[in-house]
Amino acid sequence: MKISEVPQDDAKTMHGERKAMYAVDDQGRYTQTTTKGWEAEEIVLNQVIGEFEEKAREAATRAGNNETSPIEYFMYKNWMDPLTLAQAMGLYRWQVKRHFKPGVFKKLDHKILEAYARLFKVSVDVLINFPREK
Amino acid sequence: MAGSKPLEHRQYAHCESGVVTALLRHHSIDISEPMVFGITGGLTFAYIPFIKMTNMPIVSYRMMPGSIIKGAVKNLDVTFKTQRYRDKEAALAELIDLIDLGEIVGLQTSVYWLPYFPPEMRFQFNAHNLIVYGREGVEFLVSDPVFEHTVRIKAEDLQNARFARGTLAPKGFMYYPVQVNTSFDLQEAIKKSIKRTVHMMLYAPVPFIGVKGIHYMGRRIERLKTHKDLRYVRLFLGHIVRMQEEIGTGGGGFRFMYAAFLQEAGQILKSQRLEEASRMMTEAGDMWRQFALACAKACKSKTANFDVEDIARLVKKCAIQEKLVYSLLKTS
Repeated sequence: MKISEVPQDDAKTMHGERKAMYAVDDQGRYTQTTTKGWEAEEIVLNQVIGEFEEKAREAATRAGNNETSPIEYFMYKNWMDPLTLAQAMGLYRWQVKRHFKPGVFKKLDHKILEAYARLFKVSVDVLINFPREK
Repeated sequence: MAGSKPLEHRQYAHCESGVVTALLRHHSIDISEPMVFGITGGLTFAYIPFIKMTNMPIVSYRMMPGSIIKGAVKNLDVTFKTQRYRDKEAALAELIDLIDLGEIVGLQTSVYWLPYFPPEMRFQFNAHNLIVYGREGVEFLVSDPVFEHTVRIKAEDLQNARFARGTLAPKGFMYYPVQVNTSFDLQEAIKKSIKRTVHMMLYAPVPFIGVKGIHYMGRRIERLKTHKDLRYVRLFLGHIVRMQEEIGTGGGGFRFMYAAFLQEAGQILKSQRLEEASRMMTEAGDMWRQFALACAKACKSKTANFDVEDIARLVKKCAIQEKLVYSLLKTS
């Protein structure tokens, strides 16, 4: 790729940051240059974010109907799936899935709640009171 | 080997090759990032169908995280002090001690916990590398190779980032050169590394690595033709492109960086063939970009007006082009 072809698509997801990359100048010499993002890259990033956001919205509705616990909502909100969440918590996937059950969630040990809240970067209060506070 | 000179921040295309390049520079070994990437054997292709990440196969355009550091030890004659920790507090105390002594260290971190990253990029990715070069009060001064400017991070956030759990958990991993050999044989290192990369890309004993792996991915994409769930097809294509687009590869899945390496290697070894291979690798990078663009278009389209066979053909073009590059390199 020539320097003149390096995409400068002002990707919103980059918040004005520029990334370094290597491209060739007019003489065919490789040089380090910068890019403000590429549309293709932004599309696929927004695709996966959109997917998580939709799952988070669905989980929020179900949490409101007492069909799942807030953990499922915050998991998707932070772009994780049950396996990633389990690994980040140091738990098994079945344990995390069990914590999705509203009945189990209500009786969760405070220490586990704190660990979830820390990972989700919210307070325990916000976690257990979701979605009533919304 | 604590030096007294301050670190000069530079932006690099990729975090691990960037950190290693910057650390070497700081210790008077002045070689470029593509050179470090090439010599440490950073390039690969792997499509691993049986290890899933959020329900998608692993696709990688570069070697496993950590391999550039290991490659530097092996091929650049650098000795690193490396350390992982069980005890978070001990890790912090040792970091503070080293920094206060004037040492500059590389750390493995999780992007999820780095507040200076754009929120859209804070996924559970545990193998991001950065440099800590100083501290002021409770904040550490960070030279993150993929950012234009230096940043600061609170000790608490850095602790979270160093001790994130999950795949590739950093466990506080810290590294810095303790011994370098400024008179190592660069020409020999280049030749050896090219040989190794060519061998892997052409003759990997499994069908999902190297050129064969690229073809394999092409067949997997072709197979999507009969897949009923369009949404899955789009997610699958998007996933492959996201793996290709790891920070700073410019869409070419590290092919441009490797082409830059080959060009520099050609100048050092005075080899026309290497320079020709560099031009051909640039073309391969451009083909990967065409493929990425086609996938992105398919992801964006609301209807099924894209043809996975067309997309698969673009992948095969990449495989054929790369095979030409490695075959030429084999004879040089």
